[in-house]
Amino acid sequence: MKHYGIIAEFESPAAILHAAEKVRDAGYQRWDTFTPFPIHGMEKVMKLGNSLVGWVALAGGAFMFLNVVGLIWYANAFDYPLIVGGKPMFSPPMTFVPAYIMMIMGGAVGALVGMLGLNQLPRLHHPLFANKNFALASRDKFFLAIGATDPKFSENETRKLLEKIGGVNIELVEDAD
Amino acid sequence: MADSATNLKSLAPPAELRRAPVVEGNKGLGWLTDKLSAFAEGKIPRWWLILFLPAAFCAMVVLPVALIYQVTTGVGVWGNNHPAMWGLDIVSFIWWVGVAHAGTLISAMLFLTRQHWRTTIGRMAEAMTVFSVMMAGLYPAIHVGRAWFDWFMFPIPNSNGNWPQFRSPLMWDVFAVNTYLVVSMLFWFMGMIPDFAILRDRSTTRIRKGIFSFLAMGWTGSARQWHNYEKAYVVLCGLCTLLVFTVSSIVGLDFCTSMLAGWHATIFPLYFVIGAVFCGFGMMLVILVPLRKWCGLENIITMPHIDKIAKLTLVSGLIIDYIYAMEFFIAWYSGDTYERWVFTHRLFGHTYWYMGWILIGINVCVTQLLWIKKVRANLAALFIIGVLINIGMWSERFVIVVGSLYQDFLPSSWGKYIPTIWDIALYVGTLGAFFMMYLLFVKFLPMIAISEVKSVMPEANPHHRLGGAKGENR
Repeated sequence: MKHYGIIAEFESPAAILHAAEKVRDAGYQRWDTFTPFPIHGMEKVMKLGNSLVGWVALAGGAFMFLNVVGLIWYANAFDYPLIVGGKPMFSPPMTFVPAYIMMIMGGAVGALVGMLGLNQLPRLHHPLFANKNFALASRDKFFLAIGATDPKFSENETRKLLEKIGGVNIELVEDAD
Repeated sequence: MADSATNLKSLAPPAELRRAPVVEGNKGLGWLTDKLSAFAEGKIPRWWLILFLPAAFCAMVVLPVALIYQVTTGVGVWGNNHPAMWGLDIVSFIWWVGVAHAGTLISAMLFLTRQHWRTTIGRMAEAMTVFSVMMAGLYPAIHVGRAWFDWFMFPIPNSNGNWPQFRSPLMWDVFAVNTYLVVSMLFWFMGMIPDFAILRDRSTTRIRKGIFSFLAMGWTGSARQWHNYEKAYVVLCGLCTLLVFTVSSIVGLDFCTSMLAGWHATIFPLYFVIGAVFCGFGMMLVILVPLRKWCGLENIITMPHIDKIAKLTLVSGLIIDYIYAMEFFIAWYSGDTYERWVFTHRLFGHTYWYMGWILIGINVCVTQLLWIKKVRANLAALFIIGVLINIGMWSERFVIVVGSLYQDFLPSSWGKYIPTIWDIALYVGTLGAFFMMYLLFVKFLPMIAISEVKSVMPEANPHHRLGGAKGENR
């Protein structure tokens, strides 16, 4: 039977934050915390750095902006040149409003798709869902899971560490896949 | 522990400077989760059915009949005719776009300014945006007359070489409204993902679990997920804030690029943005005041929150009043005979003079009642003011659209615009569709951002004693 890892439950945001500090200091690498809302300071404790979502959104926005500028040039100046009010067939300012609007569209789609992609969503199942207490992670309990693929992972040592830092309901989670 | 408690007392600010808690009578995170998901999980209450059935009738019977008759017969079934080629269709279009704007403003702009109280009403405001943009988008699509040629508006390669003319603000409108619809839906949906996970984890039946598992897309609430989610949320809020100022500006440009007296004014883009926000706040009051009572959310959407919305309504109302004054001043100052004539006739003309006075009476006079603290604390009064603002803003759009069109430069081409039953049926139908979708949202989806409300509680702050921190609160 393959194992996903060991999960422990904590009572409060402060408790999970301190537990995360200790797990990090113990040298673990493949672990994560599961909370009903984002905990302030967790990204620093876990050294998550800057999320890449912003760059994906920027790329989406820039892509759409340039695309629409190109489209307008192609449609109104190249494929079917259209004289409107005696103005040049193409001039950058005339493209601004549609390009700007579509930049917003591209940025928004980029933000959502980037968020889902980086989070590896959508997925229909997660090994942790098999844990009977884990449903409380969306309610008022805070969980910390250390993955079995972590180089430092050992069933007994990891369990002991989680006990020492105040975790309760410590359980081994199986990976059904 | 005793020491820190006494320290706390001495550090606490005086009563008048203390911030009201976001949620009153908070009994912890678990209690909040139960309370906020209760309505989506409970039985359908009677008031819901009483409101839903007529709304569904308007949406499922009146709207399709009006649409089918109009599309198969032609725009002639409406009162639109030369010279008033724009009538209730465009009036209602602008009105619906306007209703949408306050939703985005409340949700996105108040997020960027870190207003914690927005968490309790943000989701409802976003839903208002999504549904009213849907209604708004319907009008231009059928106003073109031959709805089956709507694809002409999109840059689709075709053998006729038909490309849109991208210099026209009417064309920009197509982009703006569609983008607004898509972006506000994405924003609304993304905000709901963690709440779908909450409902998934709480579900007791297989069907519920299946539906919410599908919608939550496997959300686990891991720190990595939240990290990316928060970034995406702030980006979307920034983009939505841009849209607040863009979409109505472009609708305003539809008017001010034409050479018609009463429309040809540089103030129009700003005018339409502020008018939109003002109208949307009115709609927000109409929706929030009854819902907080019927859904038992008095502790969540507290009186201070309602007070803040009323104050924002007042602020946007005052800006609108300034713009009215400016419009009349510029018309006089321009020295243009036609401009002066149009603006005099808005209040003292024939046929539509009363619309001008409804506008002044509500948007200028009734709004001033919100200065009074007692009025802002009176829910019935706020509800009535909300309804009146919607009527006032509707008549404002009527004054702008029809008031400038029906008597143009040539007296020989003057005419009148009398809405027909089909104009009115379409408006009633869209109202019904809006409220039907809104009621469905309230009943079956998380109408309050559960995880967001929890995240601004002291229990969620790892540096607060309620959040498990030892020692003083920070």
